[in-house]
This record gives sequence, structure tokens and C-alpha cells, in this order.
Amino acid sequence: MKSFYKSLVLCSLLLAFGALNSCKKQLNQQPMYGLNAAAVYGDPENYIHVLAKLYSGLSMTGLQGPAGKGDIAGIDEGFSAYVRVLFNLQELPTDEVICGWNDPGIPDLNKNSWSAENSFVKGMYYRIYYQITLCNEFIRESSDAKLEERGFSDSDKAKIRTYREEARFLRALSYYHALDLFGNVPFVTEEDVVGAYQPERISREQLFSYVESELKDIEDKLLAPSAVPYGRASSAAAQFLLAKLYLNAEVYNGTNQYANCATYAQKVINSGAFALDDNYPELFMADNHNSPEIIFPVVYDGLYAQTWGGTTFLVCASLGGSMVPADYGVNGKWAGLRAKGPFVDKFPDSTLDARFQFYRNGQTKDIISMSSFSQGYALPKFKNKTSTGGNASNNNTSAFVDIDFPMFRLADAYLMYAEAALRGGGDASLGLSYVNALRERAYGNSTYNFASITLDDILDERSRELHWEATRRTDLIRFGLFTSADYLWPFKGGVVGGTGLSDHLKLYPLPTSDLILNPNLIQNPGY
Amino acid sequence: MKNVKINLILWSLALNCICFGFSFSQGATISGTISDSLGKPIFRANVVLEGKSRGATTDETGKYSITMVEPGNYTLIFKATEFQSKKQEVSITAGQNIKIDMVLSAVNRQLDEVVIIGYGTTRTSDLTGAATVVNEKNFNQGSVSTPEQLIMGKVAGVKINTNDGAPGSGSTIRLRGGTSINASNDPLIVIDGVPLDNGGIAGAANPLSLINPNDIASFVILKDASATAIYGSRGANGVILITTKKGNGLNDELKVVLDTKQSLSTIAKYADVLSGDEFRQLVAQNGTQEMIDLLGNANTDWQREVFRNAFVTDNNLSLTGGIKGLPYRLSVGNRIENGILKRDQFNRTSASLNLTPSFLDKHLMLEINFRYVQSRSFFANRGALGAAFFDPTQNVYNDSLTEFGGYQEWLFDNGTPNTLAPKNPLALLNQREDISNVNRYIGNAKVTYKLPFFPQLKAVVNVGTDRSSGKGNITVPAASASGFYTQGSYSTYNQSKENRLVEAYLNFNNGEKNSKHLIDLTAGYSYQDWDTYRPSDTTSTYNESQDSIIYEPSSLFPFYTKNALLSYYGRGIYTFDNKYVINATLRRDGSSRFSPDTRWGLFPSFSVAYIISNENFLKESELINMLKLRAGYGVTGQQDGIGDYSYISNYYEGATTAQYAFGGQFYTVFRPDGFDANLKWETTKSYNIGLDIGLRNDRFSGSIDIYRKETSDLLAVVPVAAGTNFTNQILTNVGSMRNEGIEVSGNFGVIAKKDLRLDVTANATFNRNTVLKLSQISDPNATGIFVGGIAGGIGNTVQLHQINYPTFSYFLYEQIYDVNNNPIESGALIDPNNPSLGTYKDTDAFVDRNNDGVINVDDRYIFEKAAPDWFIGMALNLTYKNWFFGMSMRGELGGYIYNNLHSNSGTFQAINGTQGFLNNISSLYYNEEFQNTTDRQLLSDHYLEKADFMRLDYINLGYKFGKLKFTGDKIGLNASLTVSNVMVITKYSGQDPEVNGGIDNNFYPRPRVYSLNLTFDF
Repeated sequence: MKSFYKSLVLCSLLLAFGALNSCKKQLNQQPMYGLNAAAVYGDPENYIHVLAKLYSGLSMTGLQGPAGKGDIAGIDEGFSAYVRVLFNLQELPTDEVICGWNDPGIPDLNKNSWSAENSFVKGMYYRIYYQITLCNEFIRESSDAKLEERGFSDSDKAKIRTYREEARFLRALSYYHALDLFGNVPFVTEEDVVGAYQPERISREQLFSYVESELKDIEDKLLAPSAVPYGRASSAAAQFLLAKLYLNAEVYNGTNQYANCATYAQKVINSGAFALDDNYPELFMADNHNSPEIIFPVVYDGLYAQTWGGTTFLVCASLGGSMVPADYGVNGKWAGLRAKGPFVDKFPDSTLDARFQFYRNGQTKDIISMSSFSQGYALPKFKNKTSTGGNASNNNTSAFVDIDFPMFRLADAYLMYAEAALRGGGDASLGLSYVNALRERAYGNSTYNFASITLDDILDERSRELHWEATRRTDLIRFGLFTSADYLWPFKGGVVGGTGLSDHLKLYPLPTSDLILNPNLIQNPGY
Repeated sequence: MKNVKINLILWSLALNCICFGFSFSQGATISGTISDSLGKPIFRANVVLEGKSRGATTDETGKYSITMVEPGNYTLIFKATEFQSKKQEVSITAGQNIKIDMVLSAVNRQLDEVVIIGYGTTRTSDLTGAATVVNEKNFNQGSVSTPEQLIMGKVAGVKINTNDGAPGSGSTIRLRGGTSINASNDPLIVIDGVPLDNGGIAGAANPLSLINPNDIASFVILKDASATAIYGSRGANGVILITTKKGNGLNDELKVVLDTKQSLSTIAKYADVLSGDEFRQLVAQNGTQEMIDLLGNANTDWQREVFRNAFVTDNNLSLTGGIKGLPYRLSVGNRIENGILKRDQFNRTSASLNLTPSFLDKHLMLEINFRYVQSRSFFANRGALGAAFFDPTQNVYNDSLTEFGGYQEWLFDNGTPNTLAPKNPLALLNQREDISNVNRYIGNAKVTYKLPFFPQLKAVVNVGTDRSSGKGNITVPAASASGFYTQGSYSTYNQSKENRLVEAYLNFNNGEKNSKHLIDLTAGYSYQDWDTYRPSDTTSTYNESQDSIIYEPSSLFPFYTKNALLSYYGRGIYTFDNKYVINATLRRDGSSRFSPDTRWGLFPSFSVAYIISNENFLKESELINMLKLRAGYGVTGQQDGIGDYSYISNYYEGATTAQYAFGGQFYTVFRPDGFDANLKWETTKSYNIGLDIGLRNDRFSGSIDIYRKETSDLLAVVPVAAGTNFTNQILTNVGSMRNEGIEVSGNFGVIAKKDLRLDVTANATFNRNTVLKLSQISDPNATGIFVGGIAGGIGNTVQLHQINYPTFSYFLYEQIYDVNNNPIESGALIDPNNPSLGTYKDTDAFVDRNNDGVINVDDRYIFEKAAPDWFIGMALNLTYKNWFFGMSMRGELGGYIYNNLHSNSGTFQAINGTQGFLNNISSLYYNEEFQNTTDRQLLSDHYLEKADFMRLDYINLGYKFGKLKFTGDKIGLNASLTVSNVMVITKYSGQDPEVNGGIDNNFYPRPRVYSLNLTFDF
């Protein structure tokens, strides 16, 4: 009996030692609920979900709303939102807005004293390249050859090809921002696969040509504005971006391309798909997806597209002092953004202009302290209420907003045409009529129409019309006023009264972290 | 004295013989007292009749008794831990009552004690690595809720800091400094051979809080790689082996111990903030009308509103004994710990069963451990820890307010809660229910089989599992200010974890027959896997009435992650002539966290020891009884604390709240995650030289160790070149770092008399940590990795990992001070009496290190670090007759702390008042009367303070009553009183200098605890 037990024990021991091989297989673990690239791109129904991520790279910050599983690390997730960093870089260093927060990097933007470590500079740079890398992957995975190989139906292939052109548009848009903000940057396309390598540097001039050629190539491949679902890029979006590129060509590559600008602005205007909204304030309200004026929006939703960046930031950061958040359809006043005096002075006719939406109760016009919200007029331009005064979809929580950000809208196309025309690229009287169309909308009648205009009038009109829409820095640079001592605003150069800036500040620095990792890059001069 | 005893024994033997004839029909009784050479009774010594499963255990007074002994000739074996066993022949006649007293002499503890090492045991003399044993008698006293607190401050090289004062709160354990940046720095903890999952479980404050400290018999801490390399990829941060109490009775005797501890926790120190009157006066004097309008009339001490004195009760019952040769120990315990933050409660019930039967003439030994713990917690809202800074001029309740439970709250003009304003701290506590229930089962069965034909060879199979599941729910009523906008909220959480272990090894030991050459060989393998699961339906947040969803991250998939580790290992120990010991180990680990190309790692170690005291010239030494020199080298790895699938490219679906709409239709998003296909182990090479010494028969004993650990292929999250990956920062193997230090420890038997003993133990450790490399491309201009986020602004950090500096070095602006040694505030008037002189600029307040006229990140400098250079521990135990007294102290020197309460809550601006509410501020405001909190000022080194401290962890006084007369000598009693966290000596200006990570902000205060402990044994 004892020997039986002994053999039993021995056998069990041998079994235990023998269990080794089955364990070895356990070392090959795969995520149970993740999808590898082959599975994602093997099903034609999945492509629109990847495309949705490419678009939502402009609005959302990660896989969860409002925050969680962020795309970009090393910066607060809400801060990393595309529209929010773009706003900070395009507006805070200008005459239009000041932000009173102590978050690292904000005061430096107010005071034009940023360094290559500025967290918003880094945030913008890495957000741009995040978009580009994701677009590259999608373009690579939706090449004609790959679609053929996967044996999709012709209708699926056609659909996916359009998505691919939209991905190219989104990539061109981000490269345009890289070109405008950083100038000379790393260059990666769908030819570069993911992995450890050092991308080549591309100069601002070369990048101009690349963005131009991409946009021209996809212009006719994108859907017509009438055929494209709201939220996706149409051929008009590509044309608009080309117009913007040409308008600033002198800054970007030293060439005069105002005629091209006029041509493309005209194409957008003549597409007939867009019309000025009757009511200016409604362009920035919760139901602005109904506006006929928006050419390319960044879409938000209080329930299904929640973020601390984007228009939620634009609404809440603009509220403070004696304002009641509920009046603007939100529950928070973050007390950050106010208008600077010189910008307020752009409205000589004050309250007659529908675009004069300042909140002045308890606010002073002058700013001596950056952090006091009561200094500087508040500007609740973005409101999370519907045009009929109703509540937005966030009724339940009041935390996040429905307002879409009008990245491109018809009024800007009008103003671009007018400016290009005045600079000799088109029909100046047509341009004047476009500007007057905006003024008539603003005043409700033609009393305040211009009889004739100068370039300065155009710059001021752009400010009145497009303020806080992330175009100001580019405009001031084009007009030579961004660094000049001829035009000062509070805290320009860090001084309360303002002072001239060094010209190197027209370009942002490349983040030190990327210069270290990629020796192909050269820091912009002055940093 | 000795002679008297021997005579006594002889007499009793003689008596034996006389009595024989009269009572042969009855069983005999053998009884007596066992004592040590000083005459002190030995508790829990065993007396066994050789060859029979009969025996007895001594009580507190050293008495034993074996009844119903059949007449015959026997050999009695007297055994006690830490004493040399003795045998005594005895022949017994029926009905005889024989009395045998025995004196046992202490073993040469440092040489002959058996110590548990990874996968087996060894004699202390054969240890070649740095290992420290802490037994029950050296455990910390007082109200101890988690096991690691038992050895806090006791072991050189081991720094244990409780994270805070919350009930069941965990500790941070660092052995010889941390070796990693983004992977884990926690040591591997092994309980009875089962390596634990160190990750947290939803609903428990800390995974170790699910082990009852009362069940623990001893700790062995393996510190250097020659000791930990047998754990290979998990040994880099040291290994803590925990052995639980086992049954030791072989007879039917039952030993019952009831331990009850009643404690009162009180707050040790409040944060120093302004009183209502001081606050009113300050605001009235310096504030705007807007601020003055917000002032109230009350004098509320908000800290006293949210904190309380709290009772802690801890009861444990253990039954130890044997049934028909089956030794067992069964214990049940319950601890109800109320936190000093109102409503905070941790209620742990544990049961553990150990069975250690043996069969086949002890050739087959079985060890079964089963442990079950349930913890039920009520987590008080930690938001209330900020109570100190709620406006002290406001009343707790607002009589005119019917909403929000009647609590005073900051409201917008339309009567809705101000979202940016702090909420009433008491309302936060009373209007949030966070209840959790966690169950954990740890079980293992270990079979040891000595091969019948070859008894030197043992086969060991150990199978174990550790499962835990936690669930809970959080409710915020709609009627509260914090729940107002969502109509309250209700959410649940649910998580389960499981790890499985199978290991088998063979051990050959040639025994002590050939004492010149001792050979011990071990070879085996182990497999362990871990998985974590969260069902998909528990991630949504509903409103209080649960009729609408507020937050729905993703309900499509549950969460599931799994990883596995397969290892082969071998070890050889060769001892020559009890003088020279050579130890070599080798382990090969494969981890599922890496690709098949980088998956396998090889971890060798080699160490030697020279026992000088066994040389002839020292053998007879009266002074030196032990002298041993050790040296070792080994390689260990690290892969804990990183994601399970970081090397695989994968797409994940986004949540329903992060969709994008095309034409009004919402689409979820698919996103590829960044990955590094070449990810591999972090590897630590370590060197150790040590000396152990024992003097005057161990009246003094001590050790010195010098070590160096170099970690390469450091796992860190670093930026990737823009455009090359689906993220901008990735976990990859980039750098290297070094830890080096010295450990010294000593035990002094200052007084060792029969009635009076005084033992002092002390240890000190010096550790220095240096980052050697941080990126694939070394560049002196690289700024390093920013860490150490603070309150104040979003994204401000005060610490940096930088090459040539310790990890968590402070990276701040250098404050400039005026002639009166007051810090200068940028933006303040240079002369308040003469405003025309203007204001101070940034460059007046901070040193412009690069002289470019601008203060920005380039002007920050590295100054000091969070970790201390020295940490020391000291304990004292005094016994006088039946009295005993103990105290334990712990200190740290050379660490620095950033006082975030001072920087963020110590300016006038911190009062706010521009957004419709006021905050109280720190009294430290009066130190410099800064007006504004700016991003520059927050990063001033003015707020960096020395964190040196010496803490008196506890004082303990007790009395051993022995067997109580009125219970018929049946029940014994020990009683003691303990005060824990008695005092802290420090110059730090904040509440507590002992803050893990070095940033002090809204800390759950460590309570001072008064405990009464009664231990009854039956």
C-alpha cells in the first residue's frame, strides 16, 4: 500500500514537472479587446471609424471624453486639444486676448517670452505631428493596391478612396499649421513606416510647395460641398486652405501669389454652397451646424464629443466676474480670457455693430494685472445656447458644449478675396462689396458700408469679424505689425504698456525634446 | 545550580521506579519546566516522545505536561526555536507522575538558524548574500493595520514609509533605493512561497492591507542580487519573504490565543491656517470691496469639523494544535479601523488555516495555507482634506438655504453652485457614499517529497493562487452642491484579479554526514500568470435616481489584461569545512510582455562567504563567536509596472463620449496606440560586500554591507521623434542609473540578567541615487524628464530626472532675497511709500542664470532631491521581571520637501474673491506676505525645505501576568499599552515632513494612536 502511495506521489511530481510545455504557449498573450491593423483594415466598415479619429484629432484629446487615454503625453490633456492650443498660439501673443491663468506657458504667451520648452508650443507641435502620423497610417493602409489586395467591392473602394483624400486634406491642414507656426519642420509621409528613425527636415519653402501640390491634387478628388456630409472636408475646404496659403505666400516663401489667392477664394465663394449667416452671433452658438456659412467646422457635442479643449474652453474661459454661466449654457466660469484695449478700440461705433459682444459690467478696459479677470472686457462670443434661446444637448450636466468651431467660414473667404484684390490680385471693387456684405450683416443696414477701403481697413475688419477664431497672429505678421514697435498692446513683450518684439518671434521654436532626438532638425533662429 | 537540577532529575527518576508497581494500569504523566541558561522560562518549547506522535508545548511559565503516557522506555526530545535540542532517556511505569525539568542553551543563532531563501532554506552560516530576518519578537507594537508596518525602521537598507494616515493605507517600500523610472520600484513580496500581485485592487486602499499582520511569523528580506537573482526578473528591487504562523503541536493539545487591541486615534497636528477673525481682518485691510462683501461673521475651524477622534478595534483568535498528528493553525481576525477623517472606515475580517501534515515516515510533507480576507470600506470623501482652506468666516450651515442639505455653499448669482468654488467640506463628507467590498483568497499547497531510494534528494511542488475581487459604488445625492448639475450621480466599480502559480524544483543536499563538503543543489521551474478583469457595464455613471446616464465611457468591451512569466532556475551552494561557502544561481525568465525576440532574459549571480570565526585561531575565542565576510555579484531584472501589451501595435475603440459626427451621425473612433516593438527587460547589476560579526556569544551582533546597483536599459517614458510613432512619448529602454550605499546594523544586549534585560537594535543606511543616462542620443542640452506635479496652475512640475543627478531632483528658480533676507516678489512695489520707483521685475526676484534678461525655464536649476541620504532606525526593549517596555524610532536625513501648501496657499491671491468665493490661506503667508501666486513664484526654491526628521514611532509598556490564579491557572494574560506616532522632531514648517515623493499638499494626517492590548492564552 505504501509503495502505491509512493508511486502515486512520484507520478504526480512528474506530471507537475511535465506541465512546462503548456506554460510556454502562455507567453504569447494578445489583447483580448484590441484590434490589430490587419483586422481593422480588413473590414471596409471600419474605415470610417479610423477616419473619424483623424477628424476628432482636431476636436477630442483622447479615447475617452472629456479626458482619459490621451493622444499626447507631457501636457495636460485638455490643454493638448488642437483648437485650444491653436487658439493659444494664434491669439494670446496678439492684441486680441489675454489669459489670466498661471498654468505654465500661458503667461509666456501673453508676454511673448516663450522658450523652446513652452508647454503650449510643445503641445501644438506634437498635436500637429500626431495628426500627420495618424493620417499617414490611414493613407498607407487605404492605398489602391491595398484596397485591391483586400478584395473590396467597387463601391467600398470608391468610398474609401474619398476617405483617403480627406485624410490627405487633414494632413495638409496640419502641415499648413506647421508651416505657419514653426516654419522648418520634420517631414514624414505615408512612405515612412512607424518605428525608430529620424525624419528629414523640410524647409518652409519646400513645405509650402508640398502643401500646395497636395491640396491641388485632392481639390477635385474630394466631394463637392453639396455632396459632403457636414463635418467632412469638401473640395471647398481644400480651395479655402489654398487661398489662405497663397494670401500669406510672401511670408512663407517670399512670392507674391495674391492672384492665386483671389482665384481660390473666388472658387469657394462661387461654389454656391455657402452663404453668409443672417445673424452674426448665431454663428457661434450651439446649433451653428445649421449655419450656411461654415465651410469646414470642427464638430463638438455636449454628450458625444466631450472635451476640455475646443469650444467648451472658448465659452467657459471667457466667463468670469459677474457673468452667470447658466446664461451661456454652461456651469463653469473659468475666468481666463479677456479682450485687450486696442482690440476693443477697433469698434468705434460700439454697440451698433452686432460683432461688439463685450461684457463690460464690472470690467475695466485697461489691463495692468494679467491675472485679474476684472481687467479687460470679457467677450462671450461663443454661447452654448441655441439661436432660439433654447438649451443645448448638455442640459443634464451643463459641462460640455455643442458649438462647432468654424475653422473655415465664408466671411474669411470674402476678406481674403478683398485683401488679395487690394494687393493687386483681383477685382478690388468686388472685394469692397464682399467687405460691405459683412458690414451690412453686422449693422443690419448699409449705413456703415465703406465707400473705399485700405489694407489697414481690411486688417481691422478681419479683427472685428474673425476675432478669437485663431487667425490673428498670422494676420498681424502678414501686415508687419506682430513684432513691430509701431503697434503695441498690453503686455506685448512683457511690459504693461507694450514694447516691440524681436523678429525671431514670428516663428515658434521647435521643442528642444525633438531637436535632441532628431539631429536633422535645426532650431529656428533666435532660440 | 546545575548540580541541583541534575539531582532533581535523578530523584524523580528514582521516584519513578518506586511508583511503578502501584499504578501500572493508569497512564503516566510527565511534566516539568523548560528554561534557558539564565533560568528564564521558555515559552512554546516542544517536548516530544520520540517515535510517537505525542508531546506537549510549554506555556508562558515554561511548564509542560504530557498525560496518559503508556509505560515503557522513551526518549524525550526537548526543542525550542533558537535553542539547541536535547534528548533525555526515560523509562516510565504506569500511573507514575514524573517531573523532568530541562535547561536548553541558546544556539549560536547566527550560524545554525535555518533561514528561508527563495526556493528552499539554508543555514544562516551558508548565507552569502545580504539577507535580514525579522522575527515576531522584534515586530513593531501598537495599532498596525498592514504587514509591512511590522518591520518599519527595523532593517538596514529598507525604507518603509506609510503613504498617509488613512485607514488601511499602504506604504511605500524601497530596498536600497528605487532602480527604475517608469517600471515598478516595489520589492517582490512572497507569502509562504506565493509571489503576490503588488498591483492594487479596486475598493482596497492597498493590496497588502488584505493580509492580517497577526498571522505573520517572520520576514526575511533579501537585499542584494546574490540573494534575489533566484527571482530573476522580479528581484531588482529586493524580495520580502513572509512566513505565516503554522501549527506546531503534534499532540491533541489545543492552544488558544485571543488577542484584543482597542485603540483611539487622534489627530497629531492641524494645518496652520488663519482663524475666522484673522481672516476677516486681513481681507478687510487688504481686500477689494468684492472680497469684503463675501465675508461671513462666523469663526469656523473647518479642520475640527471634518476630523475626529476615532476608535480602532482589532480582535484576533488563533487555535494551534494537532489532531492525530496533523498540526494545524486556524485563526480569525477582525479589525475595524475608523479614520480620523469623519465617516472613514476600514473593516477587515480574515481567516487563515495552515495544515502541515506529513506522511510516509516524514518522507512526504505537505504544507497547506489558505487565507481569506474580506474588507469592507467606507471611503470618506478625500476632497474634505482641503477643509483647512475653506473660508473660516462661513458657518457650516446656512439657515436660509433649504437646498444642498442646508449646508453653506458658494453659489452663483442665480442660486446655482459655483463650479470652481470649493464645496463645504462637511457636506462633501456627508453627501457622498463610497462603499466597497473586497474579497481576497490566497492559497497554496506545497508538497515536499524525499525520494525513498535517495533521501538526499527532495522534490518540491508548490501550487498557489491569489484571487481578489473588489466592487463598490459611489453615490452623490442630487440634493448636494457637488451633485447639483448632474442630478446626483451613481456609479459602480467591479474588478477581479487572479494569479496562478505552479512551481516545481528538485533539491539535493548531501546532508551533514560529510561535514567537510556540504553540497546543496536546487533546480526547478516556475510558471505564474496574472489577469485583471473589469466588466463593461460598470463604467457608466448615472444620475442618482439611475434613470439617465451622465457618463458612458465605453460599454462595448469589458477590460481584460493578462501576462505570464515562465522561469527556469538553478542554484548550487558548496560549503567547505564550514568556512568557505560558494553560492551560484542562474535564472532564465520569459515574459509575455515582450516580443518573442526580446522575451527571454538570463539572470546569474555568484557569491562567496568566508566564516573566519570557524578558523582554529578564533574557534576558542571568548570575544568573537561569529565573524563572516561576504561578497556577491548578480544580475536581476524588472518588467513589473509596465503595460501588458506595450510591444504590440493595436487599435482601440474610443468611448461613446469621444465620437465624431459626420452629417449629424456619430461614429466611434478607432485609434492605433503607440508601441515599441523592441521593448525588453530593465537589467540591474549589483555588487555587495558584507561583514557579519557576533561578540560575546551574540551579546553584540552586527553587519555592515556596502553595495552598488547599476540599472541599464532603464524603462522610461520619453519623447519620440515627432512623426515616427502614434504618440509623442513612449515607454522604452533608454537609460541607466546607479544606487550605491552602506548599511550598518547592530544588536546590543546591553543588560542580560535573569530579571533584567535591555536590548538595543539600531541600523543606518546611506543611499545615493544617480541617473547616468536618459536617452538613446546623449545630449548635454537635454532637459531631462519633468516630474513632480504640484497644485497651482495646471501642469506645473517641480522635479526632474536628469543625468548626473538623483531621480526626483528639484528643478526650480533660485529666489533672490532683499537686505532683510525677505524674498522679493516679482510685480510688487519696490517701495510701497514711493510707487514711482516702480515694481520688481522677474529678474529682481529670481536669479537669471543665463543672463538673457528673461526668466524662463532656462533659468531653473537643479537643487537637492526628495529622497534622504540617510535613514536610520533604532529600537529598545527592556524587560524587568514581568514588565516589558519597548520603543522604536526612525529618522531620515538629507531629503528635501517642497511645501506646496506654502507656495499655493500662502499668498493673498490664494484667497481668490474674484470668482465669487473666498479661500482661507496658510499662516505661512505672514512669512513674506506675497500678494500674487504666479507661475514663476510657484517654482521658487523658497518653498523647498529640509525634510530631516526623527519620529518616535511608538512607546509600549506591558506586564505579563502569566496564568491568572482566579481562572484556576488556566488562562494567561499579557497586557500592554502603546502610544504610536508619539512625536516628530523636525524643522519642517508643514504638518508632516514624511511625505512620499517630496511634495506636501493636502495630506491625510497620520494619527497619534493610543492602544490597549490584551492577549489571553488558554
